[in-house]
Amino acid sequence: MRGGPGPADRLRLGALGLTSRKGRAALSTLGVAIGITAMVGVLGLSESSRADLNDQLDALGTNLLVVSPGQDMMGEDATLPDGSVGMIGRVPTVEAAAATYAVDATVRKTDRVPESQTSGIAVAAAGPGLATAVSAELREGRWLDDATEKYPAVVLGATAARRLAVGSLSEGVRVWLDGQWFAVIGILEPVVLAPELDETALVGPSVARELYGDDLPPTTVYTRVDPSQLTATRALLGRTANPAAPSEVSVSRPSDALEAQAAADESLTTLTLGLGAVALLVGAVGIANVMVISVLERRREIGVRRALGATRAGIGAQFLTESVLLSLLGGLIGGLLGVALTTAFAVHEGWGLVLPWLPVAAGLGCSLLVGTVVGLYPALRAASVPPTEALRSM
Amino acid sequence: MSVLELQGVTRTYGTGTAALTVLHGVDLTVEQGEYVAVVGPSGSGKSTLLNIMGALDRPTTGRVVFDGDDLTTYSDARLSRVRGTHLGFVFQQFFLLERRSALENVSDGLLYQGVRRPERRRRAAEALRRVGLGNRLDHTPGELSGGECQRVAVARALVHRPRVLLADEPTGNLDTASGRAVLELFDLLHGEGATIVVITHDESIAARMPRVVTMRDGRVESDDRRGVAA
Repeated sequence: MRGGPGPADRLRLGALGLTSRKGRAALSTLGVAIGITAMVGVLGLSESSRADLNDQLDALGTNLLVVSPGQDMMGEDATLPDGSVGMIGRVPTVEAAAATYAVDATVRKTDRVPESQTSGIAVAAAGPGLATAVSAELREGRWLDDATEKYPAVVLGATAARRLAVGSLSEGVRVWLDGQWFAVIGILEPVVLAPELDETALVGPSVARELYGDDLPPTTVYTRVDPSQLTATRALLGRTANPAAPSEVSVSRPSDALEAQAAADESLTTLTLGLGAVALLVGAVGIANVMVISVLERRREIGVRRALGATRAGIGAQFLTESVLLSLLGGLIGGLLGVALTTAFAVHEGWGLVLPWLPVAAGLGCSLLVGTVVGLYPALRAASVPPTEALRSM
Repeated sequence: MSVLELQGVTRTYGTGTAALTVLHGVDLTVEQGEYVAVVGPSGSGKSTLLNIMGALDRPTTGRVVFDGDDLTTYSDARLSRVRGTHLGFVFQQFFLLERRSALENVSDGLLYQGVRRPERRRRAAEALRRVGLGNRLDHTPGELSGGECQRVAVARALVHRPRVLLADEPTGNLDTASGRAVLELFDLLHGEGATIVVITHDESIAARMPRVVTMRDGRVESDDRRGVAA
């Protein structure tokens, strides 16, 4: 016996206020749109960057432990014993261990550059298996091998190459290492898990010993361990590397640092989310405002509708629908803009594209909630307009 | 048979010393098929009377009986239903929605009865043809003359075939010719058996109608049934 307008008619009624005042509707959805854009965008970006990091870590592995000398009890820089690489390699849960060795030399573009200008580039000897252990990729040229490690040949880290202005290897580039020309045979891509190698010029151990002295203490031991035994192995490595002074050994896990960095980025995400929430709140207040004005302006229409048989609830529903539609429209625009922003940025950064469906759904949910909450008061006011309003003389 | 009956209706606005009584014990019966003019100077209470007859307002005391049912006991929702199904309203200022076509305005008269859209549009077109606007279905109020707008409003008031049509100064905003056209439309509808109550302060309009109720100071001053239309 109830009758009344069906759902489609209710939607049409709610949309009436929007379509008849398009400019105002567009402006009042702006705040919500901006808020949802910010939220979807920032969540989408952090999701994409996290997915990218995870892809990277999957490729590089999280089982790399880096053993380096810490400090002794006097606060002086410690060294690792010469045999530490071999001892670490003999631990059963260690899959591979490779080291760099400090070389007492500097690298310069030519012999004309003063010795003091090292450009912050370290020279190190690369032990066998180093490239594999740290998942280093060559941008150009080749890696040191059994043949080249005996000769004055050098592989440059990405930053080192840039600082020495070595762009291409096509013309037989050479660099000056303390009284000796070295041929550049390879340039590395940035090494994500061992960024210190980016600023290093790597030479073969044999040629290093021959030219710069027999004393080649290991500086860093890059250790791949059985992923399932990671924690136990990590605890063992200090004692293994330097049984006499385990506390002078520092063991770190570079993938932890990368994750920590990502977590630090997340505080920025939280901040932006907060700003988005503020924009959303301001947008909500804007919609409430517009709706209250709309009710005041449309008292006559309300009265006429009441005369035509609309119930209080029917009038309230009309204005509530209008508010929800306004807010949803803002949410929809914001969601689309947020997705577009994420996509554009991910493409720009060369990340794998992760469409932020969850943030978009959450954004739409938010705007639905906002529209309902802020629409309640105007809807109640509309419902309380008496039917006699239709007959009041102007 | 009486379709609408007011028994001892009073209407007081405000309370205490500020109380203003606009209707003082009005008794009025409208029979099925009657064509009634309610006249009186401004402030005589005729608009309040129309509000109460149209179930837009409730009397302070007294009873309103519609088709044998006492409306004073009805909830707001039930009153709304009575308005939507059995009553039709024509207002002095038309009160059409500006940006919507004549057809959409008229079909709104069926919206709250739960009639579906295609059926609403069909019946709205039929009602518009009946008031002589069959060729103006898609025009908005801005594209229509005042007389045409009022005919759209009449179509909206008729589209659900109400038991009683209530008109408040229906010619008040129209020039003489358009006003006459609207009244002739009322005559035609009355001829077809519609019950019509017209509120006006214009004696010449009242003179056309077979029954004239004159209000003064919130009371029925006279109730003439001449039995002839002018």
